[in-house]
Amino acid sequence: MREAATPWERLRQMLLTVGPGALWLGLFVLIPTLIMLVASLMSRGSLGQLVPPLGLHNYLRFFSDPLFVEIIGRSLWIGFWSTVFIMLLGYPLAFYIAQSRHKEVLLLLVVIPFFTNFLIRVYAWIVVFQKEGLLNGLITAFGLPPAELLPSTLAVYVATVYTYLPFFVLPLYAAVERIDWSQLEAAYDLGARPIRAFWEAIFPQTVPGLFAGFLLVFIPAVGTFVIADLLGGGKVTLIGNLIQLQFGSAQNWAFGSAASMVLMAMVLLGLWLYARTQGERGLDKLV
Amino acid sequence: MTLNHVRLPIPPSRLRAKRILASSALFVKGYGRAAIHLGSGYRAGSSPARIFPIPEGFKKLLTGQATRKLCPVEPTLFRSRRDRKLGENVAVRLEGITKRFGEQKAVDNVSLEIRDGEFFSLLGPSGCGKTTLLRMIAGFDTPDEGRVIIGGKDMTGVPPYLRPVNTVFQNYALFPHMTVEQNIAFGLRMKKMPKDEIARRVQWALELINLPGYEKRRTDQMSGGQRQRIALARALVNEPEVLLLDEPLSALDLKLRQELRVDLMNLQERLGITFIFVTHDQEEALVMSDRIAVMNKGRIEQLGPTEEIYELPKTAFVARFIGDSNLIPAQALEPRRVRTPIGEFVLDDEDALTPGQQVLLSIRPEKIRLFREKPSLPNVFRATVDDIIYTGSENQYVLRVDGQRLMCDTLNQDIQEPGHEEFTYEEEVWVALTPEKLVVIQGGLEGSNPYA
Repeated sequence: MREAATPWERLRQMLLTVGPGALWLGLFVLIPTLIMLVASLMSRGSLGQLVPPLGLHNYLRFFSDPLFVEIIGRSLWIGFWSTVFIMLLGYPLAFYIAQSRHKEVLLLLVVIPFFTNFLIRVYAWIVVFQKEGLLNGLITAFGLPPAELLPSTLAVYVATVYTYLPFFVLPLYAAVERIDWSQLEAAYDLGARPIRAFWEAIFPQTVPGLFAGFLLVFIPAVGTFVIADLLGGGKVTLIGNLIQLQFGSAQNWAFGSAASMVLMAMVLLGLWLYARTQGERGLDKLV
Repeated sequence: MTLNHVRLPIPPSRLRAKRILASSALFVKGYGRAAIHLGSGYRAGSSPARIFPIPEGFKKLLTGQATRKLCPVEPTLFRSRRDRKLGENVAVRLEGITKRFGEQKAVDNVSLEIRDGEFFSLLGPSGCGKTTLLRMIAGFDTPDEGRVIIGGKDMTGVPPYLRPVNTVFQNYALFPHMTVEQNIAFGLRMKKMPKDEIARRVQWALELINLPGYEKRRTDQMSGGQRQRIALARALVNEPEVLLLDEPLSALDLKLRQELRVDLMNLQERLGITFIFVTHDQEEALVMSDRIAVMNKGRIEQLGPTEEIYELPKTAFVARFIGDSNLIPAQALEPRRVRTPIGEFVLDDEDALTPGQQVLLSIRPEKIRLFREKPSLPNVFRATVDDIIYTGSENQYVLRVDGQRLMCDTLNQDIQEPGHEEFTYEEEVWVALTPEKLVVIQGGLEGSNPYA
């Protein structure tokens, strides 16, 4: 390969190599985000259109109203605990699949829900939780009074865990699958008891997969609105519902954009904290 | 090794080495034609430790209290390889070990004793049970029957983390998320040793494997040879009573393997730790071991000092698996006279047979002597050179006798040397089977193919 002679040629090479990726990112990530950022600084016109003046008033409104702070707090809370449940279920599941003789079948079972539309799957939970639903049928069969399960926070939790579990299991499975199990034997051999051996020899190798799974689950779980809408009724309002409301019936795109930016900032803050604790390596491993 | 001189290019006609089908011949030829004769160069034990210089004071640190009691190896026909003194204590005793996987017996009633300070090899083809046996000594598997006794204590049901042994794994099993230093320190950390003591021992271990300065490296940045040495250091730093090695060299390339053999051997000798070495590579076992147990189908075919295994195979399997052998079926006519398909032979005085008895005669290809003129020796007959295989260090002649095949290796010496002769295709030669070199094997050929 000869060196690029002129600046023009160098530019041409750059456009051909980095160009397409940069174009894609610019068109679909950078520009929309900038539009949102600008929109979040504008105001709502009398017809719901975006008008000047520019300012931080939407953000001030968001953080000064305890209702909105409560909403984002609740979103993070429900998102966090759903993710914890998902991790508790998914971690052993990923190991079980990786060790199983029928791993192809089990992986297929994990992926199968994706064959059906997300909305339909959430509606399916209504069938389970509603007053004359499957769960209440089971409860009354034991002679107990039927429970008020819909709308409820419990239903939101169950559906969130159900929906996002595969997003956690798959990346973790990929990490677990690569583990050389003779390392566990090596740890025993060097004097580590079973729990210690797992903790020292195997667990650290699953951390990148664990974190990747955490992000893939936590981010959408915090931002979800369909599940809370259908199963939480009026009881559970999350930040996703708020944003949807602002862009929809409230017709306040400026405020909706500001709420979106807050959500995005929270997620980026989390990533940044992770990068700080794990070093640059941590992010590398994620990708 | 260094005996060979530069040779003139071989004429193309001699390169037509045909494939020899052992099955068609009465004289079965083993596979695994690894150059056994390499051994002579390595076996002398004269090579200096290139990769593992023993740091001053390491041995004292490692063995600590006891200077081991030394006594000669038990007297046998052949002395142990390096005229070594072994400890008088038994390091590992296996009593009637049986292990089943389903219906299959992976290990079938194996009993043996391994001496303190011994370099002991378990040798056999894949699936012979050697690794399973090693895993039961390490504690990863539990025998269905029998007892494992290590250092005089019954360890049969004891988990691996409570056994005074350490293992070097075939794939090394280094922890990829730890540095070299953390890998080596792992065992010491599990023993809750003070930090400065751990640091000191890790330093020693790194010097032992000649990788000082590599503490902070990650193991995935290192070569196969380096990783192998780290695995060795990680095990040895714990001062095990017995070190178990599961084909530790098999993943490396030939040159490095040959070098590491010598280094491993010297290391073992200097540290005085008992090594149990599992391998399917007969040459590796011959080069390094004090004693070898040859395994086949879960059983020990033969156990003995290294040279005895090679020189006096007791079964057709051993004769075929270790090196190459010509196996000739024979019937005793007199106590020391047998009839074979290629003539009647006299045997050595020690091999007395009952007349009528059916046996096998084994003779190593390099022990057959060829002459142009008829020599005045016993057991002489005519044969035709059917094929010549040039391997560099030797010429291997395939001889035809009454439609049967016989293998004969001659060292590829300088043609000027007195007494040395080379033969050509279809040449009629005189073959002499020296009686002392004919080994009598009881039993037949059934099940003796190591690769069946």
